Amino acid sequence: MSILLDKNTRVIVQGFTGKIGSFHAEDMERYGTNVVGGVTPGKGGQTHLGLPVFNTVKGAVQETGAEASIVFVPPPFAADSIMEAADAGIRLCVCITDGIPSQDMIRVKRYMRRYRFEDRMTLIGPNCAGMITPGEAMMGIMPGSIYLPGRIGIVGRSGTLGYEAASQMKALGIGVSTSVGIGGDPVNGSSFRDMLELFENDPGTDAVLMIGEIGGPQEAEAALWARDHMKKPLIAYIAGLSAPKGRRMGHAGAIISAFGESAQEKVEILKSAGVTIVPTPSSFGETVAEVLSVMKAA
Amino acid sequence: MDIHEYQAKELLSRYEIDIPRGGLAYSPEQAAYRAREIGGDRWVVKAQIHSGARGKAGGIKLCASDHEIVEAADAMLGRTLVTHQTGPQGKLVSRLYVEEAMDIAREIYLGFVLDRKSERIMIVASSSGGMEIEEIAEAEPDSIIRATVDPGVGMQDFQAREIAFGLGIDNALIGRATQTIMGCYRAFVDYDASMLEINPLVVTRRGGLVALDAKMSFDENALFRRPHISEMRDKSQEDPRETYASDRGLSYVGLDGNIGCIINGAGLAMATMDMIKIAGGEPANFLDIGGGASPERVAKSFRAVLTDRQVETILVNIFAGINRCDWVAEGVIKALREVGVPVPLVVRLSGTNMEEGRRILAESGENIIIAETLAEAAEKAVAAWRSFTAGKAD
Repeated sequence: MSILLDKNTRVIVQGFTGKIGSFHAEDMERYGTNVVGGVTPGKGGQTHLGLPVFNTVKGAVQETGAEASIVFVPPPFAADSIMEAADAGIRLCVCITDGIPSQDMIRVKRYMRRYRFEDRMTLIGPNCAGMITPGEAMMGIMPGSIYLPGRIGIVGRSGTLGYEAASQMKALGIGVSTSVGIGGDPVNGSSFRDMLELFENDPGTDAVLMIGEIGGPQEAEAALWARDHMKKPLIAYIAGLSAPKGRRMGHAGAIISAFGESAQEKVEILKSAGVTIVPTPSSFGETVAEVLSVMKAA
Repeated sequence: MDIHEYQAKELLSRYEIDIPRGGLAYSPEQAAYRAREIGGDRWVVKAQIHSGARGKAGGIKLCASDHEIVEAADAMLGRTLVTHQTGPQGKLVSRLYVEEAMDIAREIYLGFVLDRKSERIMIVASSSGGMEIEEIAEAEPDSIIRATVDPGVGMQDFQAREIAFGLGIDNALIGRATQTIMGCYRAFVDYDASMLEINPLVVTRRGGLVALDAKMSFDENALFRRPHISEMRDKSQEDPRETYASDRGLSYVGLDGNIGCIINGAGLAMATMDMIKIAGGEPANFLDIGGGASPERVAKSFRAVLTDRQVETILVNIFAGINRCDWVAEGVIKALREVGVPVPLVVRLSGTNMEEGRRILAESGENIIIAETLAEAAEKAVAAWRSFTAGKAD
């Protein structure tokens, strides 16, 4: 079991015929993802990588029954592509693009609210590595081989730090139900809290690892939600203990600008909500293993 | 990206926001000339640096004569001002802004930010202007008014009016205040700002509403469509290490330690810096090499890290997803041979083709300390740095 994505999910690629889109479309297919086509405006009717190309997302949905899309469109046009997916009835959209202006993302979030909650698209990203349900499918740019199929959910902002965690877990024989990268931008599609809720309701997930960082209110918000609603154990790490205030650390959203946004403050908030803290970035594997052994003993 | 006060004022004045009459000066003589141009009998000479709290650092002087202006300008130009926002290295003053002095009846705080919680533009205002917003939040939390803007329709006049009344502005000035707040909102949206602050916005004794100071920052992801804003960039206000790196497309933040870092991914970079700290060292920088770590990019990263003379050890930590460790290893060796690295080098490669990458490093004959895990990488880097500095001291 998993959240959002499995081997049957019908996926299209927006920005399909570009260099990056092509590279990752092939990689995702090789992993087992059910890629059914792609969209590049003006190239509709062509065949690319043995799959049909469409001019519009609506056209692709009509012809292929696609439910999910992954966006590799350059930053100036990416927000438009996400809104196009939402309007075409796509259920799950993963946006890899890094560098979308914040005001474009504000507009995207507002636009998505046009649809009733039940019909609203789930957006993952932007500026993320995507998501993977190990052994089934991936919509992203991660190396699939470092994830062992299993029962721990992972949600994080950073791609490579998520890889670090998954490979430490794999080394101890611990597998992953689904791993989701929500991305490093200040305004993003799904929050930590959104993903915790899905994992809490997923019978295939036993515990969740959350990998946060400095900046923004989302980790604290997730901690409070977990305290009040989560029965499954939550384990968390916050990157950026050594980051100075007011400086942007790579991710557009990784900046300590208000009270409660530093790594130390977030760790305190998480601790007081009863979350197990991963003390150092080299102890993801052992901390998860400890929590699992306590669960088994109980 | 930050801009200077005079640039922000120039932008805002196009949106019907009143600013004091003023002009730019690059020399004491020019400053005095500007004052005569403006007229009146009292002027303010203001150092143009990318920082607030300039007054306490001697960057703002009220003057009543030519002589005082020349003297103030002479004291500021070429000086490095240190405020609590600049860090200990301070910022160089290379231009001044000379303004007419205002008769102030009261001071108001007006700010616009991107609020991450509501995912909207938020207006933050307070009747207790003149202090920094952090101080206001501490001293007068009840004076703070907040409102968010629905991005579907934009800010409405009534919202601006509510804020103006909330600030206790006189009925006669409500129209002007509404125009000022709406003007700020339009400027914020039109230029893809990430922060706009007028502190203080003053009510003058003559019954005007004037932006006495102005600060704006812009969303770097939106600069592609704001060439006019890009032109306002002043590299003299940036850390030269960061300018060097950003001109070469690298994401770099200079810090105060001695262990230089070259890492892929912002999260892993922050985590590695944390690990160095836990192991007893201090990182010299944050550097995210990004997705395609070609040999050229690796070499560029080494050059950027070595522009910092404080660096006494370099730690490379790559978790290859799209990258391949064998390519990164080749890049490291190429960089070593082309750039020359006069300090200990610790490399940790993980992910795609990691065995092959480690073999290439081991067989290169270069002096590279290889680590397998993140913890080992940080410990080896700190140990190498300790013995390097001990060797230098001998």
